[in-house]
Amino acid sequence: MTIFQIEDIHTYYGDSYVLQGLTMSLEEGQIVGLLGRNGVGKTTLVNSLVGFNHPRQGRILFKGQDITHEHSYKIVDLGIGLVPQGRRVFPSLSVEENLIVAARVGNGQGWNKERIYELFPRLKERGRNRANTLSGGEQQMLAIGRGMMSNPDCLILDEPSEGLAPVVIQQVWEAITKLKEMGLSILLVEQNVALALKLVDFVHVMSKGVVVHSSLPDDLWANEEVKSNYLGL
Amino acid sequence: MDFWILQAFYGISYGALLFLLASGLSLIFGVMRIVNLAHGSYFLLGAYVALTVIWVTDSWLLAIPAGALTIAIIGLAMERIFLRQLGFAPLRQVLLTVGFALLFQQGALDLWGGDNMFIPVPEYLNWSIQTGTLFFPVYRIFMIAVVAVVGVILWLVIEKTTLGAVIRATVDDAEMARGIGIDTSTISMGVFALGAFLAALGGVIGGGFTGVYPGLDFEVLPLAFAVVIIGGMGSLRGALIGSMIVGLMDNIGKGLFPELSYFTLYAPMVLILAVKPTGLFGRE
Repeated sequence: MTIFQIEDIHTYYGDSYVLQGLTMSLEEGQIVGLLGRNGVGKTTLVNSLVGFNHPRQGRILFKGQDITHEHSYKIVDLGIGLVPQGRRVFPSLSVEENLIVAARVGNGQGWNKERIYELFPRLKERGRNRANTLSGGEQQMLAIGRGMMSNPDCLILDEPSEGLAPVVIQQVWEAITKLKEMGLSILLVEQNVALALKLVDFVHVMSKGVVVHSSLPDDLWANEEVKSNYLGL
Repeated sequence: MDFWILQAFYGISYGALLFLLASGLSLIFGVMRIVNLAHGSYFLLGAYVALTVIWVTDSWLLAIPAGALTIAIIGLAMERIFLRQLGFAPLRQVLLTVGFALLFQQGALDLWGGDNMFIPVPEYLNWSIQTGTLFFPVYRIFMIAVVAVVGVILWLVIEKTTLGAVIRATVDDAEMARGIGIDTSTISMGVFALGAFLAALGGVIGGGFTGVYPGLDFEVLPLAFAVVIIGGMGSLRGALIGSMIVGLMDNIGKGLFPELSYFTLYAPMVLILAVKPTGLFGRE
């Protein structure tokens, strides 16, 4: 079943025309990768999906419901969790507060503070610390945990490997795998192609505001033309 | 020595009053990024409403909540009906709030006239404690006590409750707060009304010793801004420390060099800004 249906959306960032008629879809229970070089509009797409930057044209359907012009906070209630680029944890809140402010009943999968701490034991140790005292890896774990606190059906991860050491990426990737095994649908936006392909069931490649290639990860890996033209490999 | 003790006491009690005014201004800026130039008007209007309640009911105790709540409702309406529509547009917000400040000023003049009035303080607060040669007005002690209670309640709510964490999250990153499901529009409305409430409370209580008169609104506004600039936008602790600094500087400055009073108040502000542009406790 299709959980996300994005139909011909056009989104501007200020005056610049970023998404130029982007169409793609996400199947339920899969990890779908969205790849592309810096500046092709990946984060603008994420911002359109979560209501930070509404498209001027086209529409976005989530579980069959039109969310194109919905408020962000309502989109969360409908079942979309966001782990944004740059993590954006709330710096002056403690780790624990970062989690509890995001708590929602959502789809009733029962994610709460304790279960986030089970997924990322490191966060429990840092529970009372302010988020701005965490390392990059800990902040990423916190951002993922915060995204799960709303009990979403679909989690959007924007560049989760950015700036992290390989050993930390390993931990984060294991956690994402666990979430997928529990049935969560995931949109993984990444610049690091090799890392993304380890995880995804299906992949879209973006260039200049549109999707230029969609395939299984192995097919993309074998497609030298797409890799060199759009991914710089 | 007596001079310094008295000036410190007057400075702290005046600072307490400024805290009521500035804490709301600071919270509103923190949550909504709105520079509310009508904030001094809430102070003045709160005092006028309280005065009217006293004329009608003869009850000072009733006048305090009546003044503060009436202005909270006016603030809430101003936010919902006007500011909300602008979105994030600092220049238009400033113009709108300055427009309101002028309307409130003229409205107050039409309704209450141009005379200098006092909010009559009840007998049991209208006396002084004498120690040696010094007299400490009980009303000023009462002001400090009220602000201590209000300050502790505010601190507990903001620092220790989930609602407080939600407000702080909105101050940190409002867009991201929406992205995790927080309805920041409702939070803004609440904080704006709270800010108006606190400013009006300051006006009602301050009206017992500064008096109530046309122009008071624009007299206290720059002081509130000095507090917020010194303490840092969006920080409760900053508002407290800033209020005390401004309260003390204003009193001591006027006591020592009356002809330089604005200099002694604003020079420290400029110095702090030069060293730390975000204010003592500001972020970013």
